[in-house]
Parts: sequence; C-alpha cells; structure tokens
Amino acid sequence: MTTVSQALAPGELTSGRLPAFVLPTTIVGAAVVGYALAVLLAGGNLAVAVIVGYVLFLVVMEIAARVVEGARQASDHRARHLIVGAFALALVPLASVAWEAVSKGAARFDPLFFSVSMRNVIGAGGGALHAIYGTLWVTGFATLISVPIGLMTAIYLAEYGNRGRLAASITFFVDVMTGIPSIVAGLFAYALMTLIVGPGAKFGFSGSVALSVLMIPVVVRSCEELLRLVPNELREASYALGVPKWRTIVRVVIPTAISGIVSGVILAIARVIGETAPLLIAAGFAASINNDPFSGPMTTLPVFVYDQYAHPGIDVQPYWDRAWAGALTLILIVMLLNLAGRLIARRFAPKIGR
Amino acid sequence: MSKRIEVTDLNVYYGDFRAVEDVTMAIEPKAITAFIGPSGCGKSTFLRTLNRMHEVVPGARVEGEVLLDGENLYGPGVDPVRVRRQVGMVFQRPNPFPTMSIKENVLAGINLNNRRMPASEKDALAERALRGANLWDEVKNRLDAPGSGLSGGQQQRLCIARAIAMEPQVLLMDEPCSALDPISTLAIEDLMAKLKEEYTIVIVTHNMQQAARISDVTAFFNIAGTGSPGRLIESGPTEKIFSVPDVKATEDYISGRFG
Repeated sequence: MTTVSQALAPGELTSGRLPAFVLPTTIVGAAVVGYALAVLLAGGNLAVAVIVGYVLFLVVMEIAARVVEGARQASDHRARHLIVGAFALALVPLASVAWEAVSKGAARFDPLFFSVSMRNVIGAGGGALHAIYGTLWVTGFATLISVPIGLMTAIYLAEYGNRGRLAASITFFVDVMTGIPSIVAGLFAYALMTLIVGPGAKFGFSGSVALSVLMIPVVVRSCEELLRLVPNELREASYALGVPKWRTIVRVVIPTAISGIVSGVILAIARVIGETAPLLIAAGFAASINNDPFSGPMTTLPVFVYDQYAHPGIDVQPYWDRAWAGALTLILIVMLLNLAGRLIARRFAPKIGR
Repeated sequence: MSKRIEVTDLNVYYGDFRAVEDVTMAIEPKAITAFIGPSGCGKSTFLRTLNRMHEVVPGARVEGEVLLDGENLYGPGVDPVRVRRQVGMVFQRPNPFPTMSIKENVLAGINLNNRRMPASEKDALAERALRGANLWDEVKNRLDAPGSGLSGGQQQRLCIARAIAMEPQVLLMDEPCSALDPISTLAIEDLMAKLKEEYTIVIVTHNMQQAARISDVTAFFNIAGTGSPGRLIESGPTEKIFSVPDVKATEDYISGRFG
C-alpha cells in the first residue's frame, strides 16, 4: 500500500526564508547595474535602464529564492514581482498623461482662463469659459436624457423582462448601440435635427442627443448588472409584506443598488464628456459664450482643445497653452464628478457594520 | 387575529411540471401546523401558495382552492398584494433590508406601503412588534443602527417583528431556524409558542424534533421519486403522527429509516 500523506520528521514544517534585506538590496543593485549597462551600451537611455534592471532583478530574485526557499516559494515570488511590474507598466501612461497635462496646462491655468471666452481673441489671452459652460450644458442634457431612459430600460430588463423575446432583442440592440462609432452618433443627431428644425441646425441640445446615443447603452448595461446583483430575498421580503412590485423596485431594489448605479452613471458621463467628433458635427463651434442649448452653436472643452491645437495662429504657443489648460480642466471636471459620485454613493450605500 | 385555512384539491405547477399534487387539508387558527418531509417534496412550494408567493417564480400556477376563512385566495379578482398583507411570511435566511435601520426594518411594511401614521404611533408599533418578537430588550438602545449589524438569530427575530408589525392573520415560516444555532433556535421556538396565542402559524421544518416540540398538527409530505409531484401523505395531531401514524412511510421517515 502506498501512502499519500508522508509523515513529517521534526523540522520538516519549516523551510528556508530569504532574509529581509535581500529584496531592497536586489532592487537597488539591479537598478544600479541596469543604469550602468544603459550608459555603457545605449547612451544612458532611461527606458533601457529600467527594462534591463527589471529583468536582472527578476533573475537574481529567482535564483536566490530557489536556492534558499525552494521551487514553490520561488514561483510565488516570481508571480508577485511580475504582477507588480505589470501594475507599474499600467501606471506609466496614466502618470505620463497627468504629468503632461499638469505641467503644460499650468501655464494658462489662471483666473483669466476661467473668466473669459475666446470672443475677439487673437493670439495670447482669452479663456475657455464658453467651453466650460458648453460642456456643462451639453453633458448635463445628455445625462438628463440618458439616465431615465437607461435606468428604466435596465429595470425592464432586470425586473420585468423575464429573459423573454422582447428583453432579448432589447439586450441585443443595446449591445449593437455600444458599438456605434461616435461620429455616426453625431451624424445621426445632426440628421435628426435637420429633419426637425431644418438644414444647417447646429446647437447644444443636438450635441446632447448625439452623446445620449453613446451614453444610453453604457447606463443600461451597468444598471442592469447592478439590479441583478440585488438579492432576490429582499424582493421576496418586500412582496411578503404586501408591497406591490413597482414599489418594491422603487423603495427596496433601487436603494440597495443606488451606490453602484451612481458610479455607473458617473462612468457613463466620463465616457462621453471627452467626445469631440460628434459635437463638432452636431453642436458646431463657437468662440463666444452661448447659454441657450436650443439655438446657436456651442463649444465644449474637447472641441475647444481640438480647435486650439489644430488651428493655431502665427504664434502657436498661446494656442497650445490654452489647449493644454483646457485638457487639464476637462480632467479635473471628470475627477470632481467622480468625487461627487463617491460621496453620493457613500451617503446612500446600504448600512453595513455593527 | 387569526384565520382558518382550508385547502381543497390543490395542484401547483411550474410550467408543465407538477410540483405538488392534490393537497387537501385544513389549518387551524391559533395553532402551529408543521410541514415535514424530505427535500424537494413540495412542502415549501405548498407553503408559498398560501400567500401566493409562488407567483414570483415565472410560470408557476395553481389549480384548486385555498380558503382563508371561507374566502378563496385564488378566486377571480383576488389581488395577491392584499393576500400578502393578511398572510405574512418569514424566510429561511434572515433577510433584513440592508438600506434600513432596525426600526425602519420593523416599520418597512408600513413605510413601503406609504401608510400614513403619526410618528408616536409608529414608535409604539415598532416597540410592540419588537417586544412581540422577543427582541426589544436587545435592540432598544440602537434602534437606528443598521439591521444587518445584528447576529443571525437577532436578524431572524427582526424579520419576524417585521412580519407581525403588519398584524397579519396568518404567519408562514419557511425553515426559519435552519440557518441558526441552537440557542437562537430556542429563542425563536419560544417566540412561536407565544405567537400562536394570536396567530395561525404554519412552519416548514427539516428538524423533526422541532416539529415534535412546537407544533400542534403535523403534516407529512413525500415524493415518489425525482420528477414526480410531491403529495400530502397524512396530517394529524402531532402526538399521533409521531407515535402511531396511519401510514408506514410516515413512520419510516420519522424514525429515520429514509429521507
């Protein structure tokens, strides 16, 4: 008879451990060697230094761990170091964007930028107030259109559809909508408004319609998922108290899922607030403040950034500075939205803990 | 506040599948009736037809009659929402509403149905229901704390308080103790003994000792095999079912020879 479990001799429960100083020492050593090699072979290229140093670090740690701790622990170390590496790699573009936007946008991130429009401005000076207003109007109306439609569609799919034929076809078309190129959404809104108010109509609300075509599928999918996450037991508890279905949905299901729904809506807003192409078509371009979303062209921040960058004057620097400041403003608006969303979500989140 | 239930020739279907076949029985007021039987024999399904909760499952339907003091729950024009306000239910797993405090949970039936009630009356009702569920002393100092912060047994008693705050005629309990430890189970059994002075109580349980301890009437359900419908084998006073049942299968099940 063969035995599967082996009796352990005293001391077999322990295995070697790498001393605490090995990890930091290896990191520093690998960094120094990597930089030295990069200077010798590649003229001090920092990317080469990082890559060479990282590979060196992996190899040294692998050998050290295998010798001291054994094969299984070595795999554990290897996997951890690879994941940390992947994480750092993923952070590179993020950090780079943040740094570029802040360092280049700071030049014109001044009070003037937030207090005037581009009306009659040629060369230096001017601001993006008209574009900030435009962004708020266009995205605000897009949210006003998309959230009710999206949330109610999600409620139908999750609560009433019973995965029937209508629900299946709605899901299919929502998926199709997710794949619509944004420029097509802009053309759709422009064509629709041309049919309604006549040719050549470019105004803010038309841009909102274009954006909501892009936003509705995102809202539907995220809200549907979240509503399905609400445990059925809560619905049954509510029914058992003699609460009608619609009131169960409004008073029990949605409040339970509200924090996720808010995050989903914020993500959907973040998805469309940076759209440029559909707004160029549907909302047009303006240099002055326009606070009437139903008449006259309206500029949003992405369109402003595009315009400043693509059509500079003789001296390009003030235009590019404004473009970067506009980009920085856009990033900050999305961040603020995220923050506000988190606060709202926390305010309404299910009460946990004792 | 208790009504008699009479069930005549009740069949329950999920789509084409017949889950429960030809149940005829009476459930007496101010008494505890226990349903026992192996898993999948349809006792929970049958219980849920007594307040039309089975309709939550798409495709479920019922043939036959359930009379609540002579009024057919399945008659034309009967509103399931009204039925459920008369026949309360406690579920297997405690399910307090996570968005609500302890007090809001107790008053959920009032609040969710938008019934107007002065705050002082609400407080009195919450206290009455929590006292009724033997939970008042444990939570009276933290009524505004979240209901999900209580222990499992306390949560279950909170759910009972929530059900009796609606002042139903009948209380249905679907394995209310199966997720609880023996001490919480004892607390709930004591509570049921007290509640039966006012309510008609029907309980599904897998715990035979529990049925023997607390119930006045026991009904044994069984199933011939997988895919065949569950049937009521026999029902009668608990002492009789547990000592000299009429049917051999009942005796076999109770003495642990199968199931």
